Amino acid sequence: MDGSRRKFLKLAGLTALGAAGASSIKATASSGAAADHDAPSTDGVRLAMVIDLRKFAKNDALVERCIEACHRTHNVPDFGDDEKNAIKWIWADDFETAFHSQEFHFIREDLKGKPTLLLCNHCDNPPCTRVCPTQATWRRESDGIVMMDWHRCIGCRYCVVACPYGSRSFNYMDPRRILDDPTIDYPTRMRGVVEKCTFCEERLARGLQPACVEVCTNDEIVFGDINDPHSKVREILTERMAIRRKPGLGTRPEVYYIIDDPRTLQEVAPAAVVEVTEEGGHA
Amino acid sequence: MLEKALTGTRTYWIWIFFLLAIMGAGAAAWFWQLNVGLTITGLSRDVVWGFYIAQFTFLVGVAASAVMVVLPYYLHNYKAFGKMTILGEFLAIAAVIMCMSFIFVDMGRPDRIFNVFLYPTPHSMMFWDTVALGGYLVLNILISRVTLSSERRGEPPPSWIKPVILLSIPWAVSIHTVTAFLYSGLAARPFWMTAILAPRFLASAFAAGPALLILLAFVVRRLTKFDPGKEAINKLAEIVTYAMIINVFFVLMEVFTALYSNIPEHIHHFEFLFTGIEGNTTMAPWMWLSVILAIVALVILINPTTRRAESTLIIGCIAVFGSLWIDKGLGMVIAGFVPSPLGKVVSYTPTIPELTISLAIYAMGLLIVTGLYKIALEVRGQIKA
Repeated sequence: MDGSRRKFLKLAGLTALGAAGASSIKATASSGAAADHDAPSTDGVRLAMVIDLRKFAKNDALVERCIEACHRTHNVPDFGDDEKNAIKWIWADDFETAFHSQEFHFIREDLKGKPTLLLCNHCDNPPCTRVCPTQATWRRESDGIVMMDWHRCIGCRYCVVACPYGSRSFNYMDPRRILDDPTIDYPTRMRGVVEKCTFCEERLARGLQPACVEVCTNDEIVFGDINDPHSKVREILTERMAIRRKPGLGTRPEVYYIIDDPRTLQEVAPAAVVEVTEEGGHA
Repeated sequence: MLEKALTGTRTYWIWIFFLLAIMGAGAAAWFWQLNVGLTITGLSRDVVWGFYIAQFTFLVGVAASAVMVVLPYYLHNYKAFGKMTILGEFLAIAAVIMCMSFIFVDMGRPDRIFNVFLYPTPHSMMFWDTVALGGYLVLNILISRVTLSSERRGEPPPSWIKPVILLSIPWAVSIHTVTAFLYSGLAARPFWMTAILAPRFLASAFAAGPALLILLAFVVRRLTKFDPGKEAINKLAEIVTYAMIINVFFVLMEVFTALYSNIPEHIHHFEFLFTGIEGNTTMAPWMWLSVILAIVALVILINPTTRRAESTLIIGCIAVFGSLWIDKGLGMVIAGFVPSPLGKVVSYTPTIPELTISLAIYAMGLLIVTGLYKIALEVRGQIKA
């Protein structure tokens, strides 16, 4: 536990360095080349998130707590049922919608229709940064976070159009009019700019975990450097079955969703195991 | 020469003030939008581009279509287009200015427009579209001004303008190609991600633009002593015919590819357009009207008798323009967002302020066309006393 804490601080330090260097914004053209969509992430620190849908399936209230934590931390206005003006950094859609292009007619009941957390995938090969005409959004080379500069954004919404995941929101109206009690250590936005999740880069720089990760008590969301073979995210992905959203588009999302059940067959269906033993003689 | 647009008959001024009144209403709506935000439009989190961007896309085509009179006249020395070229170039100027205005009113932060030039970004197609449109505007202003000044002095145009005119030909093709690339390079939007989008944009532009030019020429001929000539009109009508046939062919190719391949993400957009999905049929009546108009246009235009008879040609041109305006100025952009990348069907209907602002931009375009055409005809002494 102590070791992983130290490792995380080291990683956070690197992130802070990256933030300092962010003023020299680099074009993302290098990542725009024909890349193998299944290839592992590029060199260096690559921050990634693993969301365990099995654990979330057992903890219905957690989804809302994650959303609440993020939106309060980042002064994201709550428009209620007004989907037209809605701003979402992290939100829940049912499992089938989250993985829209895949088919899940016969999945286990505990995943069916389950609220699934959706956020910016911080793609290794992001289409949104490629289309931005002012480099107001870019992929930070030091850790792969897809950043936003709300002071440069011209509000053309081309990035919103280019994102295959619906992760970006546009401020159709003044968000400050909706915020009753803003968090003072995080900026509010003005009308007319695009915003989205930034993997809590401001918290990472202070050595903290992302807000949505922090409210999780049982590793429902795990965050870390996927390029580090000993990181927790990496260990989990080696053990478990995880999927990403729309992998065929070659964007290489860095948010992974665990869908398998870690229990053995014997734990899930002892009757089935017994049957095999009787017929085949295997224990 | 601009002063020639500042004198005119009573009818001329009534028309000018009529346009100015519409522009005033649009300006008021735009100030409201500036103060409240784009929330006053029908746009939403899922449909982020709508009527403004669709008009921009359609009008880029109108701007590019000037090449259909410029190319035969300057490259093939087709003399019959002599009187028409200036009208084509002036229409292009008005269309490009309208395009830029539609982009401007669509921006969330128009106050930051100069960021596009302060941080030029070659990997963004929007950057190239800005370069292409800006350049095209400069080219057309330069060419029309130089050629018209020479004409006024009774001299042939200076020889240095010829290469500039030749440059404007591929440039016209480029503006609509880059505009198509804005859409067709996005993995997130299967409806637009088709290699035929740019060719289809060009075909529809070369049908709708010259159709509008024919209609404008008829209007101008009625009001002034200007006569485009029978041969020029017939030739333009042939261009409209071929371009419209090619456009319809391209559209059918898209429909085949989507339907036969049977990939749901491709089919859904066409379903939304023509039958509606999940009970949302907002576009279907429009799209079928577009189909009917296209059929009417092709029947009139392919038949040489109806194409050459002015009364039917006018109907044909209106049908072409209407059909393509619906297809490109409504359906093309909106269908890209419905269903959304998450499969959601979200309605979009432009609001009254959104339409008022759009109408005002069209009025401004008409004002520019009126003023510029007046100048051209004054120079040629073709204005009725």
